Amino acid sequence: MRSLQQFLYDSNARCALLVDRSGQLVATVGEQPRFDATAFATLTAADFSANDQLARLIGETEFNSLFHQGEQESMYLVDIARRVILVILFDNRTTLGLVRLKVKTTVEELARLFTAMFQRARDTMHEPNILAGAEDEIDRLFQ
Amino acid sequence: MSMINYAAREISCKIVYYGPGLGGKTTNLEHVYGRVQPNTRGKLISLATETERTLFFDFLPVDLGTIRGFKTRFHLYTVPGQVYYNASRKLILKSVDGIVFVADSQVERMEANQEAMQNLYENMLEYGYDLSAMPFVIQYNKRDLPNAAPLRELQAALNPGFEVFDSQKQRIAPDPYHAGENLIEQIPTGEWVERAPYFEAVAVTGDGVFDTLKAVSKLVLKTLA
Repeated sequence: MRSLQQFLYDSNARCALLVDRSGQLVATVGEQPRFDATAFATLTAADFSANDQLARLIGETEFNSLFHQGEQESMYLVDIARRVILVILFDNRTTLGLVRLKVKTTVEELARLFTAMFQRARDTMHEPNILAGAEDEIDRLFQ
Repeated sequence: MSMINYAAREISCKIVYYGPGLGGKTTNLEHVYGRVQPNTRGKLISLATETERTLFFDFLPVDLGTIRGFKTRFHLYTVPGQVYYNASRKLILKSVDGIVFVADSQVERMEANQEAMQNLYENMLEYGYDLSAMPFVIQYNKRDLPNAAPLRELQAALNPGFEVFDSQKQRIAPDPYHAGENLIEQIPTGEWVERAPYFEAVAVTGDGVFDTLKAVSKLVLKTLA
């Protein structure tokens, strides 16, 4: 998180969102988005997946990053360790070049972090199950 | 894959409505959207063509209540039904937790139903998911139409059952939604089979829509319990 905050400060971007490849929002740093972040996360994952398929059609394995340019607001999306997407929202106060330059070290750092985290999760598959024994409660919820 | 956010005390699960084109998948979501309290649902996102055919997917997040202090949040997706949209249909299945197959009961759509079911098996297999081990519910939609096929025919064609090899599971399991019927039973040829729970529905009026959603959500949560 500190790395992302530093990146936002260095690049003058407005906010950064981390979205899981299945479309779940993991974290938001910087200005709180004023749009529906759940819908945004879903569409981001779909956007990335669709572009992955497009890449394969033209003989690439993936598009590692995507850029969507608007009149005022733009976004830059970059893959982290094939599991998470980092979305950076920025406006005319900065440029794509600066965002791309500054995000590079952050991406490397996050990739290391997530790779280690997923490895840890694989090693400790037997986490305490929060719903263990909650069958009755689940039955009651759907009565 | 369901995601548990300990900080937000939230469990998020993904449910996909699958089935042939014009079968009523989007209508299911629209009904849910229209009926649940606005504070328990998000926006209904539709990526559709100008003629309102789903192009990529529809998406609706709904909260179905709290268990053990965790909010249960379900992300409902539909896939495009038309055969030629398979690439986008397959993408939506990624990390799915539960599936609702919305079949069109009309006699003349029987072949389309079977094709869609076959396509579901194939796409799941390509991801390495086992449909027989996943929360899976079938909805027979459009039961109000005069040309609706008899339930028995639909069940025979679309829900004949997966063979149960595990001897521990080879015992009769009654269907909680249909008195006198079983989900797991031994068929006359000797094999044990397990069928998916099924529901009759008229999605345009909302009949059976919540029964289906509740059943699949319950199955998904039970896989976590």
